[in-house]
This record gives sequence, structure tokens and C-alpha cells, in this order.
Amino acid sequence: MSVRARTAFGAVLGATVLAVLPGCGGGTSTAPNGGNSHPKTLTYWASNQGASLEDDKAKLTPELQAFEKQTGIKVKLEVVPWSDLLNRILAATTSGQGPDVMNIGNTWSASLQATGALLPFTDANFAKIGGKDRFQASALGSTGAAGKPPTAVPLYSLSYALYYNKKLFGQAGISKPPATWNELVQDGKKLTTGGHTGLAIEGASIPENTHHAFVFAKQHGGDFFDAQGNPTFTAPGVAEGVKQYVDFVAGDKIASPSDAEYAQNESVRDFASGKAAMILWQAGGKNFQSHGMKPDDYGVAPVPVQSGAPGQGQNVNSMVAGINMAVFKNTGNLDGALKFVQFMTSDAEQKKLNSEYGSIPAVKTAAQDPAFATPEQNILRTTIATSATPMPQVPKESQFEQVIGSALKDLLADAAAGRPVTLESVRSRLAKAQQQM
Amino acid sequence: MTTTAHREAPPGARETGPGAPRRRPFRIPDRVRRGGLPYLLLLPAILLELIVHVIPMVLGVAMSFKELTQFFIREWWKAPWTGWDNYRVVVKVNGPIGHALLSSFLVTCAFTVLAVGLSWLLGTAAAILMQDGFRGRGFLRALFLTPYALPLYASVIVWAFMFQHDNGIVNHVLHDQLHLTGKPTFWLLGDNSFYSLVIVSVWRNWPFAFLVVVAGLQNIPRELYEASAIDGAGIWQQIRRITLPSLRPVNQVLVLVLFLWTFNDFSTPYVLFGQAPPAGGDLVSLHIYQSSFITWNFGEGSAMSVLMLLFLGLVTAVYLLVTSRRRGARA
Repeated sequence: MSVRARTAFGAVLGATVLAVLPGCGGGTSTAPNGGNSHPKTLTYWASNQGASLEDDKAKLTPELQAFEKQTGIKVKLEVVPWSDLLNRILAATTSGQGPDVMNIGNTWSASLQATGALLPFTDANFAKIGGKDRFQASALGSTGAAGKPPTAVPLYSLSYALYYNKKLFGQAGISKPPATWNELVQDGKKLTTGGHTGLAIEGASIPENTHHAFVFAKQHGGDFFDAQGNPTFTAPGVAEGVKQYVDFVAGDKIASPSDAEYAQNESVRDFASGKAAMILWQAGGKNFQSHGMKPDDYGVAPVPVQSGAPGQGQNVNSMVAGINMAVFKNTGNLDGALKFVQFMTSDAEQKKLNSEYGSIPAVKTAAQDPAFATPEQNILRTTIATSATPMPQVPKESQFEQVIGSALKDLLADAAAGRPVTLESVRSRLAKAQQQM
Repeated sequence: MTTTAHREAPPGARETGPGAPRRRPFRIPDRVRRGGLPYLLLLPAILLELIVHVIPMVLGVAMSFKELTQFFIREWWKAPWTGWDNYRVVVKVNGPIGHALLSSFLVTCAFTVLAVGLSWLLGTAAAILMQDGFRGRGFLRALFLTPYALPLYASVIVWAFMFQHDNGIVNHVLHDQLHLTGKPTFWLLGDNSFYSLVIVSVWRNWPFAFLVVVAGLQNIPRELYEASAIDGAGIWQQIRRITLPSLRPVNQVLVLVLFLWTFNDFSTPYVLFGQAPPAGGDLVSLHIYQSSFITWNFGEGSAMSVLMLLFLGLVTAVYLLVTSRRRGARA
């Protein structure tokens, strides 16, 4: 090899190496078990609950100022978009350098609990923020593995509801929203006409797909995990539930095939613009209004069940959705962090923030406030209290979301392309997903 | 390194005779000073090289031998060593993880060959066509370079919109206006995603090939063309016998760089397809990201990275050996 070629070889090999290997950061934890080295400041990572990051900032800043007035602790706020939040938390976990307090999607609780990065809410810690029994029982069910101290406390609660376009229902001569899936499919077929579709789904969205797969499987008596936390994706009922959801595109054809590529909330846009007559969404009202839909134009109903009325067991009709608030174990302001959690879960803040975001307070007394007695909030509140069930509280929850969400995305893509979706094809795709775990 | 040399007492240094009081206790001996200067000047570069290249790489390789799952990431240096387990899992092609990696690898190879080939062909063709001066050449050159100048995210997300099933302009033109397809095509789902990815990648990378070849063409003396024209060579003969051979050294580097960029492309499939790409768009870098960040198994992800590193290093070495030898033989 000539000298030039050797140099080029070296340079290129170096570049290759850099390009391929992901960088990894080391770091030492400054305060492995928390401490109070900076008692006057807190860093808070908020999740994106409002229409935009700016909107969140505008809503939260006055509250943080009120907290500063009360306690003298200055809170540095950063609103982190959902696409980054989990990665940022993982990075903070590995480096030990993170915020003091953060919002997490409540379905991540058990996964993050396993990392040991978050402060466990033991009875002693709960006592510091006003006690465990102030919170809704169902919301507490989504704060980590059973039998362990919760890894976070519920902040905003949400559930799914069925939203329908009143005008399109009137035109199709449908007088009331469907209460069972059979009725929904019948109504959907009537509504799928003249450029409209019956139902809008977010077919390429990993979390949406997983949430629906989970609830539909539950309604067929299927569970994605056994009691030991092992995946059971091929258990009876699971494939049936998944197929029922995919059939909205495949067999029943009440959702548009193009919904299979939606992942940027296009289904919300389609519903708000009247292109689709129904949608299953979490506290969707504020979203639809931000797309220009008037509150009188849509109605709200509980998510349908197979038969009967929503309840527990096979009649659950939503996962317990929501946001939890967690304290980073390495915090340098443990007392301040707990004070801040107490502040954010106080009755006054719960009422204020939840009504601004259209969610339901995770605190029982605040949820009883008349502000949450609108038709939409009533349905969400009832669902959370009586017929919602927490997503699997297992350490592998985030892997589960990824593989099941992807499996449904593939199945919906098959359906969209006109390929048949059978119980066998669903089962074999689920078996493949289980192997990936 | 040089820092240790500073503290050593200078044995028999000229200025300090035996018994004479030292003026400067840490005086660096001339020999070391003269010989050490180049190393001292290199020191910042070496340190940066260590921090930027070597340490992350070594850690990456070390991680690939650890069971680095969510249970250990908080104190990842304490994660248990697993020996070759991660590698065994990712190369076991009849297991689910190895199989998925293999198919992702094959898709990436096919994608790379197509995308690099087309980018090179387009870039070279355009450069040769624009070799002679004509009105508007400067404008066209600038226009051709636009895709390369646009921010990657912005341009790829525009492609994602264009490829949409219902509202995308691609289906609008192909289906609604030209009636070439029986029904609107899904470009971002299923097998077509592979071709969408190739199209976007070529669109983004051919201007680079164009730019490099244009630069290479400047070095070919005009006299060669004139002389060959007098000898009766046509345009094809000129391209085959003058242009392409003269471009060989340029092409050697160009193709290699395009190959590495394309093979490692993460942003294009990520922006087009999101976190769960269809099989046709599952490029290996995205696959590795998924395996490590989404499923929180960083050890396995690192093992895959190391394998890819070895593969790319091998391909690059063979490529350079073969092309240099051929060049050497000609010279």
C-alpha cells in the first residue's frame, strides 16, 4: 500500500469508526441518594400537555412563580417534547446528571422503576406530600410494579372516550352514539360514504396502537403478560382483540386505509375537519378545538364494549392514561423537590392545571370540583374511576409498547394494501413480536 | 507522555554543575526540550482524539460485552460481563434478533448499492453535460446543488408529505392526473418504502457526486479533448478514454464516501418512517438505534455496532487495496 493510500485508509477507518459507533457518555453521580446541596433551585422537565411547548410554558410559568413566592425556591422549567422525553430521561439516568423533578408517561413507570433512577415514594415520602390516599386508586395503579413503593405520583389523569361528529350522525340518521363495537361498526358503515369515513385511527402511532391492542385484548379475556411478568402475546383472546381493531380497516372497512400511515395526529385533523365521523382519543376536546372544531359540533361517549356496559374485567374500555410526576434520585434538592410535588398535587393546582389541559385531577378532592362536570370530563372521570385498567406494570413495558405498536402498524399496513388479515396472520405476527422480547 | 519528563531531575545538565545551586528546579533539559516539542504540540490533538474518537469507541466495544439493560443503566459500569453472549444473540440468524439484523443488513446493502450507483451516475452525467460553458450554466449548477444545501430534516419531511397516500403530490400526479396506477400507492408502508428511501437518498446525495466530479473535471486539460477530436474520437470515446480514466482518483474517494454515508444513513429513514420503519426501510443504523434505545438493550446494540464497524472497516480496506493496486499497476 502506498503512503497515500495508507493515510487515506487510516483516515477513512477512523471516520468509519466514528460514524458507526454511537457515542456513549460516562459520568459520575454527584449525589447517589439525593441530598440538599442546592436548596434554592429546582430543575423541572415538564411533558408537552398543551397545544405547543410554548403553550405549556405560558401555562406553567405563573404557577412556578407562585411556588417561588411560597417557598423561595426557583424552578427552572424545560418543556420536553414527547419524542425526546424518554431518551432524555435515559440519558439522565446513565449520566446521573438530570433534572430534580420530571413528568413521565404513566405507562413508563414500571420500566423506569427498574432502572432505579427515580425516588421511590415510600410511605414516609408520601407523608411529606400529603398522603397516599389523596390520589385516585386507578391512577395509583399505574405508578410501578405491584408490591413496590410507587416510582412516581399521578399528576394528570386521562382516559379514552369516543368522540363523534353530531352533524354527520344526524345526516346518517343515527340518533345516539354506539355503546357496543357491533353498533359502532354498523354506524361506521352508514357513515362511510361520500368522501367521509366512519372512524379515524392513528395507525402508525406506536403508543396509540399499543393502547388499543391492550384494551381490545382485555375485552376478549386476553392478557399480554402473565402474573410473573412474562409475555403471553399468543394467549387466547389477544389475537382476537388485535384482529378486531385491525378489522376497522381490513374487514369492516369503516376506517380509511390511509389511516395506516398516520402518526402525527392526522386522525385528529381528519375528525376535526369532518372527514371522519368518529375517533377514539384521550381527552380530545381541546385538540379538536385547536383544529377549529366548535365544542357543539362533537359529542362524547364512553368507548364501546363488546356487550353490556363499561366496567371491570372484560368490560374495561380504556387504559389508565396520564402523566406521573417523579423525583430524580440524584437530586441535589430532595426537600425542595418533594415540596414541589406537594405543590403540584395540591387541590388548587390540580384544579387549575387539569382544567387548562382538559385532563382530570389525579387527586380525589380536586376531581369532585364542578369545573370537571362538563359532559366530556364526566365521561373521562367515570371511565377512570370505574372502567379503566392500568397498562401492564412490568419492567419490559416500554419494549412491549414498541414491539406491539410495530406489529399493529405492520398488520394495518397489510390491511391497507388489501392483503387479507386473518386470525392466523395476526397470531404469527404476535408470535414474532413475543420473540423480540 | 511528556508530562512525566518534566519532573525528572536533569542528570548532568549543562547549566547546573555539581554542587551549584539550581536556578530553576524544574528546568527541562535541552535534549528533551528540543526533542519533545513536536510531541508537546501534538498533545492537544492527541487528547482531543482520545476524547472524541478513542474513548467512546473503547467504551462502545466494552459495552458490547456487558448485559446493559434497563436494570443496569444507572450504574452501567457495574453491569455484569456477558462474554460473547450479545454477539451470539445478534449473529444467530435463525433466532429472532439475529434474523431481524440480517434482513436489515441485506436491505441496507441493496439500498446502498442502488443509492450510491444512482447518485454517482446522475452526478457524473450532469457534471459531464455541464463541462462546456453555455448560458445559464452557473444557474443550473447552483440549482443542482440545492438539495445538498437544504437542511436534511426539512427536505426529508417534505418528501414524507409528498409520499403521503391521500394528500401527497406523488400520488396526485401518478394516480389522479396521469392515471398510471389503478389505485393510489402506499409509498411509506410495505415494500414500496424501499424505493421511496432510495429516491430520497439519491435526491439528497447526487449533488455531492456532481460537485466532486465537477471539481475533478477542472483538472483535465482541454488539449486532450482537442487532440482526440482531431484524431476523430466521438463524444463516447472521449468520455470512455479521457474523462473517466482522468476521474479515477476522484471517483475512488467519492464512491467510498458515498458508500459510508449511505450505509450509515440514519436521519433519512428516521424522518421518513419514524421509530418503527417498515421492513423495506429498516436500515441498519435505525435498526441498531431501535435495538438499543427503544428496547433498552444497549449491550446488544453495541454488539451490533461493533459488527457493523468491522464490516465497514473490512469493505473499506478491501476497496482501497483493490483500487490502489489497480492505480499502482497503471502508473
